[in-house]
Amino acid sequence: MTTTFAATMASIAEKFKSAVLADSDGVADACIRVEREELLGLATELAAKGFDQLEMVTAVDYRDRIGLIYRLVSATLSASLVVRCDLPAEQPRVVSLAGIWPAADSQEREVLDLFGVAFDGHPCPKRIFLPDDFCGHPLRKDFESPTLIRRPDLI
Amino acid sequence: MASLGKTDSASDSALGYSTLESGVGNVILTSADALLGWSRGQSLWAFPMGTACCAMELIAASFSKFDFDRLGVFPRQGPRHTDVMIVAGTITEKMKPVVIRLYEQMAEPKWVIAMGNCAISGGIFYYDTYSVVRGVDQFLPVDVYIAGCPPRPESLQDGIVQLRNLVRAESVSPGVRYRRRTEIPLRTAPAPTTPAPAEPASAAPASAPSKDPA
Ligand code: SF4
Repeated sequence: MTTTFAATMASIAEKFKSAVLADSDGVADACIRVEREELLGLATELAAKGFDQLEMVTAVDYRDRIGLIYRLVSATLSASLVVRCDLPAEQPRVVSLAGIWPAADSQEREVLDLFGVAFDGHPCPKRIFLPDDFCGHPLRKDFESPTLIRRPDLI
Repeated sequence: MASLGKTDSASDSALGYSTLESGVGNVILTSADALLGWSRGQSLWAFPMGTACCAMELIAASFSKFDFDRLGVFPRQGPRHTDVMIVAGTITEKMKPVVIRLYEQMAEPKWVIAMGNCAISGGIFYYDTYSVVRGVDQFLPVDVYIAGCPPRPESLQDGIVQLRNLVRAESVSPGVRYRRRTEIPLRTAPAPTTPAPAEPASAAPASAPSKDPA
């Protein structure tokens, strides 16, 4: 592959109108923010352009929204990339990328388990860590459970 | 250091621990008790239920420097071969049914050692946890508790010595050990985790013992 990382980013920004280059806070070479409608197209394009490894899928609860974070690495471009996608806090739902990067399979289940994000088209949309009959998603900031005992000095 | 599960001597004799001293049972039974208790105590084969960091000390205890074998303790990987389950580590709600199932596969007579603060009370995971069981004694009849995070292998060996004393004091009389086993009802189905929003968040669940984290 002869294209450079900068050229790839430029072609991405041209092709996807919601894709914005944002500050990557030094954790990657670049960061792309994208609307969830264009996430699948962007991921397909990135995989075709040489981002063949999905390192991590995680999420952040900002209370008003859920921020999904994908971290990608390309050996051919010698570059790393962060893709961010914001979802509404109420019933967050997004397309699964497990068909593009198989590594997304278990990590999306982790996000489903702990943040309650539904992944459409996931091969096995079930909890991965917690028991199947567990109620709630513990990494959400509004998580409450009768079995929780708060540390007295933090109440 | 290790401490026996029951320290109240009145309840001990009620449960049959002091059978030999209190003269319950006849001459044949007491002789059989002495022989059986001695031989059982000399070879307590262990089932290492190591689920977290405490398992490292359990492993260290069974290797040559600390040498469990000289106490007659052989770790075996099959629950059906073993006499004592050493719960070394954090037990999560998801792991609990597995631990119960393995415990039920062990042949009688069987004993349980809770090794480490996690197995005693949840330890450092007592507060603010959604997944950890606060103490293995909520669902298993624990005989010996060994405090520490993690306890030293010497503590574990002291726990074995204490358990041996406990085993020697037991009786083969039918019912005595059985009574102790049925003190804690075993639940094979996982407890429902449906949250009740009306309950205050600081209230302990009804099944939790009212003890401080060690
Ligand atoms: S008691 Fe400490 S060392 Fe043992 S399992 Fe718990 S955290 Fe790990």
